Amino acid sequence: MSERVLMCGNEALAEAAIIAGCDAYFGYPITPQNEIPAYMSRRMPEEGRVFVQSESELAAISMVFGASATGKRTMTSSSSPGISLMQEGISYLAGAELPAVVVNVMRGGPGLGNIGPSQCDYFQATRGGGHGDYRTIVFGPSSVQELVDCMPLAFDLADQYRMTVVVLADGILGQMMEPIVLEKKPGRELPPKDWALTGAKGREQNIVRSLWLPEGSLEKHNNKLQAKYEQVQKNEVLCEQYEVDDAEIVVVAYGVAARVVRAAVNKARENRIKAGWIRPITLWPFPTEQISKAADEFRIFLTVEMSNGQMVEDVKLAVAGKAPVLLHGRPGGGVPTVDEILDKIKQLSIPTKS
Amino acid sequence: METVFTRTPTFKDCPTHYCPGCGHGIAHRLIAETIDELDIRDRTIGIAPVGCAVLAYDYLDVDMIEVAHGRAPAVATGMKRTNPDKIIFSYQGDGDLAAIGTAEIIHAAHRGEQITVIFINNAVFGMTGGQMAPTTVLGQITATTPQGREAAGEGFPLQVSELLALLPGAIYVERCALSGAAGIRKTKKAIKHAFELQVGGAQGFSLVELLSPCPVYWRMTPAESMEWIEKEMTKVFPLGRLKG
Repeated sequence: MSERVLMCGNEALAEAAIIAGCDAYFGYPITPQNEIPAYMSRRMPEEGRVFVQSESELAAISMVFGASATGKRTMTSSSSPGISLMQEGISYLAGAELPAVVVNVMRGGPGLGNIGPSQCDYFQATRGGGHGDYRTIVFGPSSVQELVDCMPLAFDLADQYRMTVVVLADGILGQMMEPIVLEKKPGRELPPKDWALTGAKGREQNIVRSLWLPEGSLEKHNNKLQAKYEQVQKNEVLCEQYEVDDAEIVVVAYGVAARVVRAAVNKARENRIKAGWIRPITLWPFPTEQISKAADEFRIFLTVEMSNGQMVEDVKLAVAGKAPVLLHGRPGGGVPTVDEILDKIKQLSIPTKS
Repeated sequence: METVFTRTPTFKDCPTHYCPGCGHGIAHRLIAETIDELDIRDRTIGIAPVGCAVLAYDYLDVDMIEVAHGRAPAVATGMKRTNPDKIIFSYQGDGDLAAIGTAEIIHAAHRGEQITVIFINNAVFGMTGGQMAPTTVLGQITATTPQGREAAGEGFPLQVSELLALLPGAIYVERCALSGAAGIRKTKKAIKHAFELQVGGAQGFSLVELLSPCPVYWRMTPAESMEWIEKEMTKVFPLGRLKG
């Protein structure tokens, strides 16, 4: 299937997961991602695969844990409050080094918050989220097509590194309909899952565990995880840049916020303001090097987020004091407008003679 | 010379970490014997709980996983749905199954998941130091009920197997006791039946509850513990087949 079709983000990502070979989907209803389980409940049985509506998000991620341990490709999806509940399982997945894909169609928080679009789970997603010293790979797609394209990569990266990959979308991306192309592309060459629990036929037993009791063994295990995370940081950063070379103002944004930024920067350029943008596609690993390089020349950095400032901390770490870093944040379901960002850019720009 | 008795191969030849007089060793052995007798070692996946039996994979020589506290029935669901040809069992204590994991056990049974659950009820949290469990009997002194459990404020002992037996998805629920040779023989029969149901493709959930001694946290000798199971525990948790 390579013709263009019109689909909403939630259904498109579900179909992309099926194309990517997802064997099993487990989930619990929560707005604004309900189209995903509804779509999966119809399509997975059609493909002879597994769909289970769980009794809770705790159970959903535990079902993912079980299916993954047997070597199957598996995923769940939820939205912010549900993802909080899943952190227990995500931590266990990290400890046991099991692959999984978790989609978070973010809504406003904290608490029950609202069902508006938000980017308020950036900290949770990029810092591991649950207890323990671990990371998850995090994608922050900004269009339905990019959402579709990151699904097969998410499954491949999960299998390659034996990690959880979080796809961080938001209420707009999940609900918005855009024309997309769905096609199966060749994936990565992946290591065999010789650790999987398949019944110990003709071999010694396999054990999947996250408990390391003997003194020093957990430190060793953590160091092993860390070495893996360093490989991910070295090899898997994805990032897009526009008109950064001569820019006096660089706007950093991801996801839906980056679409608004793109329009605002174009307008700024029309107003002869030297602005550009950097758009992280992977939020962890973060494009620290790209942003650091951009900060080698003096420029003002403006981070635009649908939160009260979370990614801005990573931008500051990357800029490392070489340039000023400012924030334009809209929390609680607020979405920045083009004019709002353009005004901000204008305030920061050095007036040029017309 | 004819060998009349030997260690069953799926029960590893190593010392366990369990306290003297603990029931886990007996329960492990009965599961291992069942797996060998049914010749299913090469397609069995076991789930170890959080609790004293977390290291069950050190003793049972099958593919095994260690899971978050109480989540074993959900993990088992993920395994069985994606691997209907495998035999999936979870091994859970009363803290795991009857406290933190009540939602998971009830819903796995409710959905009729084709899994086998071995439920060890020793009326206390063992691993963490003998605190009150939902199954602690009235008057029982534990680390968190120093005056003995009282119904007012702490509730009556929770009879999970009776609850599960009400669900149409559960096809076999039986309570046995690891006290004395007769009880152990009955337990073996029940465990084997639960596994046989799954091997035969029976459409539903099966659970065997085992009343099991915890002499250390009951502050009794192993012999007194066996007697306490028979005299006291069985009053609250009557033995027998509750379903199927």
